[in-house]
Amino acid sequence: MSAYVWTWIAIAAAGLAAWATKLAGHTVPEAWLDNPRVHRVAAFVTVALLSALVAVQTFGSGRGLTVDARVAALAVAAVLLWRRAPFIVVVAVAALVAAGLRALGWG
Amino acid sequence: MAGVSLDTARQHALSVSLATGAYGLSFGALSVAAGLDVWQTLALSLLVFSGGSQFAFVGVLGAGGGPWAAVATSTFVGIRNGFYGVGLAPVLRPMRGWRRAWAAQVTIDESTAVALAQPHDDLEARRTGFWWTGVGVFLAWNAITVVGALLGSRLGDPADWGLDAAAAAAFLALVWPRLASRRAQAVAGASAVVALALTPVAPAGVPVLAAAAVAIVAGWGHPRPEEVPE
Repeated sequence: MSAYVWTWIAIAAAGLAAWATKLAGHTVPEAWLDNPRVHRVAAFVTVALLSALVAVQTFGSGRGLTVDARVAALAVAAVLLWRRAPFIVVVAVAALVAAGLRALGWG
Repeated sequence: MAGVSLDTARQHALSVSLATGAYGLSFGALSVAAGLDVWQTLALSLLVFSGGSQFAFVGVLGAGGGPWAAVATSTFVGIRNGFYGVGLAPVLRPMRGWRRAWAAQVTIDESTAVALAQPHDDLEARRTGFWWTGVGVFLAWNAITVVGALLGSRLGDPADWGLDAAAAAAFLALVWPRLASRRAQAVAGASAVVALALTPVAPAGVPVLAAAAVAIVAGWGHPRPEEVPE
């Protein structure tokens, strides 16, 4: 088979694996979820994964870490959140800060 | 009040869909540059539908890796989506058949974050947040993937528009309301440190996934109920 066909097979396999992974979470037995320990861990897991995601999105650069315009933008976003600014303002200002700093040639 | 909280959930869903969808430009352009055609690129967005996994898939192929290495890496990067389903179960159940199949497909970082950012005693707002974000990102991401694949690198870098910072700020804003207790704040801080420490040394997907260990430690003991982020 050609490389082109193999790529199609791989796409189908990756799609099926991605969907099966997502579905697995939704099909854990009800009894497990009733277990207080599982319930607590599940509540902390989403906080942990999303916090890790924010950290990597802010400092990650391929296989390395870097401090650039994103860090300044996230610092401003954190201050706005602390001041109870609306969601859309936080997101828009973060984009403006990062784009502005880059237009000025930093980060 | 119910109307207000549903509006909030829909506003979150709409802004997150647009900001995330814009990244479809990068994915489309990168996928074509890695040697896939427009149809293959769209198929990845429709079927895999998880940004990190898709970037990993075309990244492996673009670097000369084989198709099975691409499948393995993409699947590994997507494991966190499985955890999200467990966290969402109390919000979305009962579900069966096609509804559950479709909910699984749109269980991603964004839909989980928006759902759980809504007040924990307002199930309707949480469900609205999940479905509007899941379907909204699905439509935007797939449509804009095609634009990116057709226009390629002529579009410039979304980072020039600050969209990378906007995405990170959106996730920060969504996790923020769940950081009320000291224990939740400690979990968030420790998770960030673990992920950053592993970034230079671990393969793609491991740093974020490793943060789940922090959650297991935090939830295993007996925290007071008010310390658990609902």
